Amino acid sequence: MPAKGAQVDVIVGGGVVGLSVAWRLARAGRQVTVVDPAPGRGASYAAAGMLAPVSEVTYTEAPLLRLGVASLRRWPAFAAELTEDAGLAGPTPGEDRDAGPGAGAGRASPGSGAGNGLAGGGAAGGDPLALDLRSEGTLDVAFGADDLAALDELAAFMDKLGLPVERLTGRECRRLEPMLAPSVRGGLLAPGDAWVDPRRVTAALLTALERRGAEVVRARVTELLREGDRVTGVRLAPPEPYGTGNGGTGNGGTGNGGTGNGGGHGEVRPGARATTGAETRAETSADIRAERVILTAGAWSGELAEVPVRPVKGQIMRLRSPQPLLNRCVRGTVHGSSVYLVPRGDGELVVGATQEEMGFDTRVTAGGLYELLRDARELVPGITELEVADVVAGLRPGTPDNLPVIGPSGTPGLTFATGHHRGGVLLAPLTTAILLGEEGELAALCSPERFQGIS
Amino acid sequence: MDDLIIAGEKFSSRLIMGTGGAPSLEVLDQALAASGTELTTVAMRRLDPGSRGSVLDVLRRRDIKVLPNTAGCFTAGEAVLTARLAREALGTNWVKLEVIADERTLLPDPIETFDAAERLVADGFVVLPYIGDDPALARRLEQAGCAAVMPLGAPIGSGLGIRNPHSIELIVEAASVPVILDAGIGTASDAALAMELGCDAVLLATAVTRAQRPDLMAAAMKGAVAAGRLARQAGRIPRRRYAEASSPTSP
Repeated sequence: MPAKGAQVDVIVGGGVVGLSVAWRLARAGRQVTVVDPAPGRGASYAAAGMLAPVSEVTYTEAPLLRLGVASLRRWPAFAAELTEDAGLAGPTPGEDRDAGPGAGAGRASPGSGAGNGLAGGGAAGGDPLALDLRSEGTLDVAFGADDLAALDELAAFMDKLGLPVERLTGRECRRLEPMLAPSVRGGLLAPGDAWVDPRRVTAALLTALERRGAEVVRARVTELLREGDRVTGVRLAPPEPYGTGNGGTGNGGTGNGGTGNGGGHGEVRPGARATTGAETRAETSADIRAERVILTAGAWSGELAEVPVRPVKGQIMRLRSPQPLLNRCVRGTVHGSSVYLVPRGDGELVVGATQEEMGFDTRVTAGGLYELLRDARELVPGITELEVADVVAGLRPGTPDNLPVIGPSGTPGLTFATGHHRGGVLLAPLTTAILLGEEGELAALCSPERFQGIS
Repeated sequence: MDDLIIAGEKFSSRLIMGTGGAPSLEVLDQALAASGTELTTVAMRRLDPGSRGSVLDVLRRRDIKVLPNTAGCFTAGEAVLTARLAREALGTNWVKLEVIADERTLLPDPIETFDAAERLVADGFVVLPYIGDDPALARRLEQAGCAAVMPLGAPIGSGLGIRNPHSIELIVEAASVPVILDAGIGTASDAALAMELGCDAVLLATAVTRAQRPDLMAAAMKGAVAAGRLARQAGRIPRRRYAEASSPTSP
C-alpha cells in the first residue's frame, strides 16, 4: 500500500487503454496501480489493431475521424517510447509467441518500414517494429457494381473532408496486392493508415510498467469505494477458483495453445489472482484506496459506474501462413457485408470482425466464423490454404455516439477513459494525452459531461 | 392523418422504421425521433434483449412499440423458433415474419413464409409477413389469418423504389388487412408513391440509416408518408393526354 500523501492513481482495467494510461502516468511521475484479472486479455486481445481513421470514416462520424487522425499522429512517438521503456530493441526472440521461420523474412518484406516513414518513428528509442507497427496504408476494395458505386460515393465524401485517398482501378489494386481476387473492380487507398499488433502492445506496456515499478494487481474490481460524494478506491473480488465466471476477461478460450499472448507473461486464468511487478501483493486485503480512480474497464465500465457503455461483440479469426499474403491492410465490401484482413510481419493474417449486440456474450459461433471466411475468401481466395491459428470473441465498449468517454466523471475522485468502441488501440495515445491535459479542443469531444442528465 | 390500425391497435404514424444500418445509437435515436414512428422492427437474431444500453433501450425511451423480426432465417423452422424466442424475451406476440430465400437478393421465400405464417397464427401470434409483390400470395396469407401483408417495392437495401406499382395496386385492391410497403424505398418520393398507391403504411430502414444525414431523411420520409396518404384520400385527377385550362371558362 503506497505511503499516505503519495499521488496515487488506481486504474481499473488493464486493456490497451488502461495500460497506456498507467504507463504514461507512471512516466509522468505518478504512482499507479492497475487492477485487472487478466490484463491484455479483453477486447485488446481480440482487436486487429488497425490504426485506420481514414479508411474507417463514415457519414455522421466526422468527430471520430478527428480523434483518430490526431491519435494516429501520436502513434510513432508513443511506440518508440514504449519499446524503449519496455527494453525492446527489435523483434525479440525471447517472446513466447510463435515466431516461426517466416517471422524474420516477413519483416523484411517489400514495403516494410517504407511508406510515409511512420514505422521508422521520429523519436529516439526502441524499435517500433517490435510492436509490428506498420504504415503501408489501407486498401478498401470493391467487387460488384453496387459495391463499386458505394466506394465511389465514399471517395467523394472523403474528398470533401480533404482526406488523402487515392482511387485505384482493379488492376492497380492487384498490382499492389497480387493475392486479391481477379474480380476486384476497384479500390480506395488510404496511404496514411497504419496498424499494430495489439497483443504485442499490451505485452510491452506490462513490461514497461514492471520496469517502472508500477503494480499490476490481477484481480477483479467488484465495486468502487465511496465516501460521501467521493470515490476513494476500489474493492476487489476474493480469489475465485478457475472457471467460476468473472465476466471480466472475455477470452473465449478458443485459441489453440500455440498462439500465445505475447510478452512472456504466463496466461492468467480468469478469476485467478496473481501479481506481477516489482512488488508482490501477498495480503488478501480486498480494498485499494486511491486519490483518483481511473475507470478503463472497457465494456464492463457500465457495471461499475454510471457511464453509458455497452458491450458490442466482435468475433475475429487469426490465420497463419509461412509468408505474408498481403503487404497492407485490405478491407472490402462483399455484397454489402464488410470484412478486413490485417497482415502481420510473421505471416499471421487477422480476419475480422462481426458486430453483434449480444450483451456479455463471448461465444464464438459457427455463423460468425462462416461470415468472416465467406467474405474474406471473396477478397483473397488464397486464405483457404492457411492454418487457423486462433478464433476469439471480444467485447467492444460502445457508447451511444461511438465516441469515447474521457475525463473527470463529475464524481470527485473518479475519472473515465472508456467507451472506445472499435478504436481503443488507435485512440490509446490520444486518450493518455487528454488525461495528461495535452489536448484541449479534442478533449471536449470526449467529455463525460455530454451524457450527464441522460442516463 | 387518420389512424393506422393493425390487429386492433392504433398508430397515428404510418411510417414504420427498421433499425438496421445505423452508424451509432445516437444517430438512430435522432432519426427515430425525426421520423415520428410509433412502431419499429428489430432483428432478434443479432440482439440480446436482456442487455442494457441496446437499441431496445432507445425504443423504450421513445415509447416506440417493438416489432421483432425474423431477419436472417432461411427456413420456416428457424423463423418459428425465432418468433417464439422473441415473444418470450420481449413479451409481445407480434412478429414481422421474414424468411429469406438467398443471400444475394434477400428475396423472401414464399413457401417457407406461408408455412411459418400458418404455424405462427395457430400459435397465437400477430403475424406480419414480408413477401414479394405477389397478389395471390398476399391474399392467401390474409386468408391464413395474418394481421397485415408486407409486399416489397424492391429488394432489401436496394433503394430502387417501387418496381411494380401495378402489383402493389392489385394487392391493395384485394386486401382487407393493412398493406405495408416493405423494402426498396430509396427516397421520399418512393414512400409517397407507396401511400398514393393505397398502401396503409411504409416500412423502411436503410434509406434513412445509411443516408448522409439520417435525421433529415427521416423527417423527409415522415412528410412523404403523410403527403401520400392525404393525396390518396383526396383522390387524384384522371390523367389526360391534352391540356385542360384551369382558369374558369364558366363562372
